Amino acid sequence: MAFVQVVNVSLPSLPSGWTAEKDFKAVGALSAATQRNIEPVGPHFLAHARRKRHARTFSEDERIQAQQNVKKTEDEEDEDISEDEDPMMLAREAKDWKAQDHYAVLGLTKYRWRATPEQIKRAHRKKVLRHHPDKKAAMGQRDENDNFFKCIQKATELLLDPVRRRQFDSKDLQKGNFYKLWGPVFEAEGRFSNKQPVPKLGDENSTQQEVETFYNFWYNFDSWRTFEYLDEDIPDDGEGRDQKRHTEKKNANARRKRKSEDIARLRELVDECLAGDERIKKFKQQARAGKDAKRKAKEDEAKRLIEERERAKAEAEAAKKNAEEAAKAEREEKKKAKEAAKNAAKKNKRVLKSSVKDVNYFADGEASAAQVDAVLGDVELVMGKIDVDELAELASRLTVAGKDGSAVKAAWADESKRLVEAGKLKEGEVKTFA
Amino acid sequence: MGDAVNSTSAETERYAIGISFGNSCSSIARISPEGKAEVIANEEGDRQIPSILSYIDGEEYHGTQAKAQLVRNSKNTVAYFRDYLGKDFKSIDPTPCHQSAHPQQQDSTVAFTIRDTASEDPNTVTVSEITTRHLRRLKQSATDFLGKEVNAAVITVPTNFSDAQREALTAAAKAAGLEVLQLIAEPVAAAMAYDARPEATVTDKLVVVADLGGTRSDVAVLACRGGMYTILATAHDYELGGASLDQVVIDHFAKEFMKKHKADPREDARGLAKLKLEGEGTRKALSLSANAQLSIESLVNGIDYGSTINRTRFELLSGKVFAQFTGLIEQVVKKAELDVLDIDEVIFSGGASHTPKIAQLAANIFPEKTTILAPSTSTSAINPSELAARGAAFQASLIQEFDTEDIEQSIHPMVTVTPHLSKAIGVEFTSNNETSFQPLLNAETALPARRIAQYSAPTEGGDVLVRVCEGSREIKVTKPEPKAKEEKAAADEDDSDFDSDDDEEDETREIVWKTEKPVAELAVKGVKAGAKVEVMVHVNPDLGLQISVREVGGSTAVRGAINGSA
Repeated sequence: MAFVQVVNVSLPSLPSGWTAEKDFKAVGALSAATQRNIEPVGPHFLAHARRKRHARTFSEDERIQAQQNVKKTEDEEDEDISEDEDPMMLAREAKDWKAQDHYAVLGLTKYRWRATPEQIKRAHRKKVLRHHPDKKAAMGQRDENDNFFKCIQKATELLLDPVRRRQFDSKDLQKGNFYKLWGPVFEAEGRFSNKQPVPKLGDENSTQQEVETFYNFWYNFDSWRTFEYLDEDIPDDGEGRDQKRHTEKKNANARRKRKSEDIARLRELVDECLAGDERIKKFKQQARAGKDAKRKAKEDEAKRLIEERERAKAEAEAAKKNAEEAAKAEREEKKKAKEAAKNAAKKNKRVLKSSVKDVNYFADGEASAAQVDAVLGDVELVMGKIDVDELAELASRLTVAGKDGSAVKAAWADESKRLVEAGKLKEGEVKTFA
Repeated sequence: MGDAVNSTSAETERYAIGISFGNSCSSIARISPEGKAEVIANEEGDRQIPSILSYIDGEEYHGTQAKAQLVRNSKNTVAYFRDYLGKDFKSIDPTPCHQSAHPQQQDSTVAFTIRDTASEDPNTVTVSEITTRHLRRLKQSATDFLGKEVNAAVITVPTNFSDAQREALTAAAKAAGLEVLQLIAEPVAAAMAYDARPEATVTDKLVVVADLGGTRSDVAVLACRGGMYTILATAHDYELGGASLDQVVIDHFAKEFMKKHKADPREDARGLAKLKLEGEGTRKALSLSANAQLSIESLVNGIDYGSTINRTRFELLSGKVFAQFTGLIEQVVKKAELDVLDIDEVIFSGGASHTPKIAQLAANIFPEKTTILAPSTSTSAINPSELAARGAAFQASLIQEFDTEDIEQSIHPMVTVTPHLSKAIGVEFTSNNETSFQPLLNAETALPARRIAQYSAPTEGGDVLVRVCEGSREIKVTKPEPKAKEEKAAADEDDSDFDSDDDEEDETREIVWKTEKPVAELAVKGVKAGAKVEVMVHVNPDLGLQISVREVGGSTAVRGAINGSA
C-alpha cells in the first residue's frame, strides 16, 4: 500500500485570490458507494481482513506488522546471552576463580571460543546489571556476599584479554554430544560387518539391553575387511621364483599386520567409546541403587517382623495383666459386697431382736424371763429359717411397725405363717407370735 | 489474520494443496520450496487429469485411463459429474453424460448406477460418493508425488456455485480426507495465478477472465484494486466449451467418412465415442500445429479410418463457435456496465483457451493497450489449463498456517462486503494551459483505501493548487472525416491516456476523463522549481476523506479531512 505512483503531469499553480484556513478547503463530498463482495483471496485481501477484524488503519497495521518483525529480532538479540544461571555457579567462591567456567559465568556457553569481544562486553554488562552488589542491596538482600559479582569481573577481565583468553581457551575443550559424534563413527565402521543390520549406538534413552547388545556386537565384531588390494604386485615374469615367494610372504605378513592393526584400532575405538559412555555409568548406578533398594527392603522386612512379634508379646502381656487386675478387683468387690451383706444381715437381725425387745417381748408390763426366752427363741428360729432378702424385708416392716406391739407381733406372725406355708417351719413350732 | 500463526496449531500438521476441480478435468498444484506454483502430475504423468472414474470388475480407473473406457465401458464410466454435485435431479442438464453413465434421481440428489464391484449387480452411487472417490484419487496422486500426507486443500469452484453445492463439495472432500480450507472462485484463482508471479506488480486494473472449459464457459469481469479482487459481472454458457469445438471436428470427419463409405459413424454409439475421443485429441493438436491427424481403427463396420485436417479449415468451420466465445466476452463487459476500452487485461483460462484463434479474435475486440494473456498472443502467458490450480495452490500456501476459525472469520461477509467507490477520485492537473483530470483511486476500489502519488509541480515552481475531484470517464467517438476538429473545443476535455488514431477504422474511440465534482482544494506554497508534490488520499469506509499534500523532501504537509456521510 505504501507504493507511490509517480505521475508525470504538472499540477496547476495557485490562482491568485485563493485563500483558505490552513490552506485546505472542503468543497464537496463523495458520491455514494456501492456495496460489493470482495473475493477473499490473495495476500492483499488477508491484509485487508486483518485490518478490518482488528479495526486498524493502514498506518497502524503497517506499524504493528513492522513492530512484530522488529520485536522478533530484538528477542533474538536478547536471547543470545541469556542463559539460565546454575545456582551452584552462583554460590561459587570468588577466590576459586581458576576453576570456574568463564563462559558459563557470562552466559556465553553457546558461543565459547566463538564469542566476540562485543558479545563478551554485552554479556558482562547484562550480568553486572543483575548481580551488582548495589543492586542486591537495593533489592533488600542484606548479605554482603558479592562473590558472584567478583566471578563476573574476573571472567570478563580474563576473556577480554586476548592473551589470557587464549590460555583459557587452550584448556577449554568443548564436549560435544557423545551420541551425535560417536554415532556416525560406528555407522561408518558398521559397513564392514558380516552381520547386518548393525546395532545403532542409540541415545541417552536406550535400554540397558540395547546398550549391551551394541557393545557386545562391537567387541565381537566380525569384519569382512581385507587388505589384499594393497598388496605389492608380484612380478609375473616367471623368473625369480624366490623373489615371487618373498613378495608373497611379505604381502601375507603385511595383510596380517594390517588386519590386526585394524582390529586393534576398532577395539580401541570401542574402548574409548565405552569409557565415555554415560549410559554405562547410569546403568551401574541403577543396578547399585536397585541392589541397595533390595537389601534395604529385606532389612526392613526383618525389622518389621521382629517389631511385630514384640508388639504381639507386649499386647499379650498387657491383656494378661489387665485380666488379673480385673479378677482381683472383682474379688475384692465381691468380698466387700459380702461383708456389706453380712453387716446388713447383722443389722437386720439386730432390728429383729430389738423389735421384740422394743415391744417388751409382747408382754404387758415387765416381761418374764421365760417369756423373753421364748420370744427370743422364736425370733432366732425365724431368723435362722429366712434368707437375707426376706430378712431385710422383715426388718423394714418391723421398723415401720416401730414400738407398736401388735403391729410387730402381726409382722412376726405373718412371717412365721409365710414360713409355715413355705414348709420351712412346722405348724406350731413358733408359739409366741401366734 | 497474520497473528493466527501464534495461536495453537491443528493437532496434526496441515499440508495443503490447490485443487482445480473441473467438470471435465481436474488439476492439483502446490507451491514449491522456491515459492513457485507448480502443477503436479499424477502417476500417468498427466497434469490435466480428466474428472472421470471407470469401473471394470470392481477395479477403479481414474483420469486418462478412465477416459479411454468411454468407448468400451461407457455404462460403468462416470464423467462430467462436478456440476451435479449438491443439486437435485430436476435442475441438472444430463446432456454431457450422454455417452457415459447416466445420472438418475435418488432421493434429493443425483446418482449413477454402475457396477463398481466385482459382482454382477450394479450399485447406485451418489454423485457425492463419486466426487469423494475422485478427490481421494487426486489426494493420493499429490501425496505420492510430494511424499507427504496431503490433508487440506483450497478448491476452485465456478462463481455461481450455490451454498448447497459448496456444502456438498466440502462434505465430499472431508470424506476423502481433505480439509477444505477455502473454496475460491475460478476466475479469481486465475487472476491470482498471474499476480502471484514474483515479477508481477500490484496495479489497479480491470480484468476479464475467460474460463473456456470442456463443457461450459464462464467469463467474469474482475476489478483488481491494490491486489484485492472484486467480481463486477459474470456470464455463463453451459453449452459452449471445448466440446463444441470437438463437435465441429467430429462433424467434419463424419461427413468425410460418409462420402467414402456411406455410413454415418455418429449413429453408432461406439463409433461416436471413438470419434469424440480421437476428435478431441485432434482438436488439441491443432492448437499447437497447423495440421493434425485423425486415425481410428474400426470406426464403423470394421472400417479403419484415417484423415488429416489443417488449422485454417478448422477455423473456418468453427467460425460460429468462435463467435459465441467472443460474444460471451462482450456480453460480460456490457453486463459490468463497462466498455472494452476500460479492460486492461484479458486472461484466458481453461483448456479451450489453447485454441489460437479465440485469443486472436478477442484481441480484435479489445484495444491495443489491453494485454491478452493466452498462449498464442503472449509468450509470458501461463498454461491456461493450470491457472486455477496454481491460484488455488497460492491461496493454500497463504492460509495453510491459519486456524480454521480464523479462515472462517476472514471470509465472513462482515469482512468481505465492503463499500466500493462508485466514481474515481483524482487530481486535476494542467497541460497546455488546460485543466484536466487524472484518476488516483479508480472506481470500484474497495474501501478503506489509500493511495499516494507524486505529481510534478509547475516548471517555474511557486504556489501549487491541488484540487481533489471525483471524475468520470467518457467514451469519446471521433469520426475520421472532421479531423480538423481535433483541436478540442471543450476546455475540460482531453485525451489523457493514449492517442491511438487508427486510420483504418472508420471511427476512433477513446477514454476521456472529466471532472465531475470537486471535493477538496489544497494549496502547497513555495514549491521549488522542478520539485514534485506528493498527494496522499485516504478514503474511509464511511466515505470520509483524509488528504495530505506535501512537497517531496519538504518537511511540512498540508492536511485536511472531510467527514463521511455515514
